[in-house]
Amino acid sequence: MKFEAVIGLEVHVQLRTRSKMFTRVAAGYGEPPNTLTDPVVLALPGALPVMNKAALDQIIKAGLMLGCTIAPVCKWDRKNYFYPDSPKNYQISQYDQPICRGGAVEIELPGPARNIMGEHKRIPLTRIHLEEDVGKLTHGAADSLVDYNRAGTPLMEIVSEPALHSAEEAFAFLTSLRLTLQQGGVSDCDMEKGQLRCDANVSIRPVGETRLGTKVELKNLNSISFVRDGIAHEIRRQIAVVEGGGAISQETRQYDGEAGTSAAMRSKEMAHDYRYFPDPDLMPVQVDEAWKAAIRATVPELPFDRQRRLMERFHLPYTITSVLVPDPAQADFFEAAAAPGGQAQAIGNWIANDLLRELAGANRTLAESPIRPAHIAGLVQLVDTGVISSPGAREVFAQMFRTGERPEVVVERLGLRQATDTGDLERWVAEAIAANPKAAAEFKAGNEKALNAVKGAVMKAAKGKANPKLVDEAVRRQLG
Amino acid sequence: MTMAGPAIFESAATLSTLLATRKISAVELLREFTARVDAVDGRVRAFNSRDDAGALRLAAESDARRAAGRELGPLDGLPVAFKDVIAVDGQPLTCSSRMLANFVSPYDATVTTKLRAAGAIPWGRLNLDEFAMGSSTENSAFAPTANPWDLRCVPGGSSGGSAAAVAAGETPWALGSDTGGSIRQPAAFCGIVGLKPTYGLVSRYGLAAFASSLDQIGSLARTVEDAAVLLGAIAGHDERDSTSVRAEVPDYRAELGRRKGPWRLGVPKEFFGAGLDPEIEAAVRAAMEFYRRAGCEIREVALPLASEYAIAVYYLIATAEASSNLARYDGIRYGHRAAGATDAIDIYARSRAEGFGEEVKRRIILGTHVLSSGYYDAYYLRAQKVRTLIRAEFQNVFAACDALLSPTTPTPAFPLGAKVADPLAMYLNDIYTIGVNLAGLPAISVPCGFTSAGLPIGLQIIGRPFAEADLLAVASAYEQAHDWHRRHPQLP
Amino acid sequence: MNQTSDFDIDYVANLARLALTQAEKERFARQLGEILHYVEKLRQVDVAGVEPTAHASPVFNVWQADEPRPGLAVDAALRNAPAARDHQIVVPRVVE
Repeated sequence: MKFEAVIGLEVHVQLRTRSKMFTRVAAGYGEPPNTLTDPVVLALPGALPVMNKAALDQIIKAGLMLGCTIAPVCKWDRKNYFYPDSPKNYQISQYDQPICRGGAVEIELPGPARNIMGEHKRIPLTRIHLEEDVGKLTHGAADSLVDYNRAGTPLMEIVSEPALHSAEEAFAFLTSLRLTLQQGGVSDCDMEKGQLRCDANVSIRPVGETRLGTKVELKNLNSISFVRDGIAHEIRRQIAVVEGGGAISQETRQYDGEAGTSAAMRSKEMAHDYRYFPDPDLMPVQVDEAWKAAIRATVPELPFDRQRRLMERFHLPYTITSVLVPDPAQADFFEAAAAPGGQAQAIGNWIANDLLRELAGANRTLAESPIRPAHIAGLVQLVDTGVISSPGAREVFAQMFRTGERPEVVVERLGLRQATDTGDLERWVAEAIAANPKAAAEFKAGNEKALNAVKGAVMKAAKGKANPKLVDEAVRRQLG
Repeated sequence: MTMAGPAIFESAATLSTLLATRKISAVELLREFTARVDAVDGRVRAFNSRDDAGALRLAAESDARRAAGRELGPLDGLPVAFKDVIAVDGQPLTCSSRMLANFVSPYDATVTTKLRAAGAIPWGRLNLDEFAMGSSTENSAFAPTANPWDLRCVPGGSSGGSAAAVAAGETPWALGSDTGGSIRQPAAFCGIVGLKPTYGLVSRYGLAAFASSLDQIGSLARTVEDAAVLLGAIAGHDERDSTSVRAEVPDYRAELGRRKGPWRLGVPKEFFGAGLDPEIEAAVRAAMEFYRRAGCEIREVALPLASEYAIAVYYLIATAEASSNLARYDGIRYGHRAAGATDAIDIYARSRAEGFGEEVKRRIILGTHVLSSGYYDAYYLRAQKVRTLIRAEFQNVFAACDALLSPTTPTPAFPLGAKVADPLAMYLNDIYTIGVNLAGLPAISVPCGFTSAGLPIGLQIIGRPFAEADLLAVASAYEQAHDWHRRHPQLP
Repeated sequence: MNQTSDFDIDYVANLARLALTQAEKERFARQLGEILHYVEKLRQVDVAGVEPTAHASPVFNVWQADEPRPGLAVDAALRNAPAARDHQIVVPRVVE
């Protein structure tokens, strides 16, 4: 029997704001424990929540970027459950009126080869809502410690439809989502800092079956790779259970990324009776067209859209765009260099291959690069017009990186200008032909490769500074 | 033991004048009250705790300001005692519960901040029914407060300590909180003025929450004018309370002088049925007659939904909200933690069992049930819908009335221990006050007589939303034409 | 509305994290049964088409700008903590 996996992802993303979701103490990471608290965070008697406007701006932006419908009105609900990391023992969340519905994440699956774009799919989302994060529990041998610095941080919960069918798709979903949210400035999505967390709901069913199988919730997937590995492991486990005649129990399992295994977890809240009710302390949110329009104006081009545009407009190969697009600064750099209309592919190559390599080696960011877009554009034009040779260009590039000088300046200073003086050139060609009669004869007889000996002699005479194209032309012409 | 001086039964307005005219200093004034508390509170048990040293320091600062001509206004130097549910930085915040017996607040409520800015001295934590749940202060985990008019009787609740302290001359005035009548009912039982503002007028930031959509902080005082001044000092929009309303806060005292009536006064006919003590009815009808003779139009109005269903609606909504609001009391970050708890569930269940008293547990259980899976629609949701109808009913009645008159309570103060066995019977005490909270209206109780047993009777006046100025004027008109507010209990 | 005899005190007490004695369970079940019986009267009210009261007045968008404000110093934050170590709250070992 062949099985198909059905996967839904629940992704929690911390929004980038300066203060917390329902109080104005600073949000942050890595601070000394319990230094980012106030009466509201600690749920002291008498504390009350107040919404953070920027968090609403951020989630609306995320919703617009992901093509969601933004609810004209939404409200806050209390999700009641007891846990040491949850100070009020209820979490303020959105139950039946989330701020965003629908939407989708475009994903790209690995192609047949590294340099060939893979298949694209749109994974639909169910909803996105806003809630508050909980504190951090650290488990020791004898007891556990609680730090409430994280408690109250604005958290976006993104729920996908059960529309993923493989671990690879889940991996692609998260990388695409992460890039989109990063580029929107909505979140830094750093999983090591807990800014992006993912749980997976995994079930299997016989191929052709339309009903969903029993789903298992998978937790503790601490990196995008572990999400992929954990899901893959769970699919295999479920298939093995079913093929062995067993049935899948609905449970929550914790994945151990290091060991590559999973185990059933103790259930936290019997029957998950959260007793949702509208939070009487908070007023509902109304999002009008003017607000949406203001946010829409700040939404950047989506990564895949930009990639397609660069490939189409500039005829850049897929591999180059795959390097440039994930970092908008790099893509911006490219577009600034290519905009005046030079050889886009060459520009792309210089940036994606050479410049990034040099920057990495020198431990510098693109912003700190001595080479600016105009430098690259200029360099490419010098090669294109035959002023310098390709090897010459390499030297110019290296110099530019060291000094930040413009390419024309470097060319003059190093005397790299290719000889294009036809007088000299004709003379060198004539001399080379005379010095290589055998090669000349073989070429005339039809052997293309024999030309190289003659051309080599010309280059030697020119001390390497002749334009290879012109040399080729001249030799062919003189040989008739 | 010395008798405290004459200041203890003066109105805050009079005390303010005495301070302004240098007849008494803030320090001397405070000492009169601390001496009074020392003398009588052993029998009244209104105070959970006091910070005499801290208060004296603030009083000295007030005197220094006055000497330098920099007094902060009419409240500068006046002590205010707080129901032990309102946060004062550095003072205990016990909610009269074992759960918070050792809790010291690290922050000020907004009302506290405002009072400090006016120069008032936050002094004294007053007893209450635990977590404001109750109508007699017998649910206090510490001790039941006694009614100064008859020490064998309850002072009412949940702000029983606040009402008793004012009535006994232990403080010029006090803050309380009112969720279903918890300021008005004890004010009536103790023969003083108790004012609950419109929901949203006074910030709830720093008020330990019982029922979020019903709670309000209000004033308990000897006179309507005092209640008005104290309200004016604490009212106003607060950014830290999202339910706080941007309403204009007039100078209530000045408005008292300007608004003279006559008014159109409604009398809900359902409030005069069976269960109302005949002496209370007589006193309230006499008050109605006073208004009629003063030129007011008295008309009978009907509140059939409120009178029939308000208690049921209240006990579903209030307990539901409370069950969630009190979840934070778990012994984890603060509060009582049970010893020897072995795991995370155990620590909650035992700490809360040990920390909460019976009435609190009962309401948490009820509230949890009405929100739980399968019951939410039938209980909580339905109650909120009936609440909408009750609000509309009041709104209709106010189309033709400026204010409503009713008894504050169906019975006078009852003996300690008389009603503890029957929670439902206790809840039915709130019959006249509770609908007011559901509708978010302002209401005041003023003394309007005594029973033949010498127990005070309260007249409740209910106003339109944010029309406290009118409400206070209606109340003041009655008060100034009578002497009830000049009578004080003789503590043996 | 469900029968009041459906009231499962053990279930609710666990949800509410309250350890009740057997005597309390019996007493509460009885008292709450009476209260639930009392509130049955709400079934008489015709609530067709009636919106539940959400808030006193229809106000939207009550928020603050994202300006950080000082919070509590760690000592003040932990002043009332029943058990703390290294500036963190200590709780019994949580098994996940």
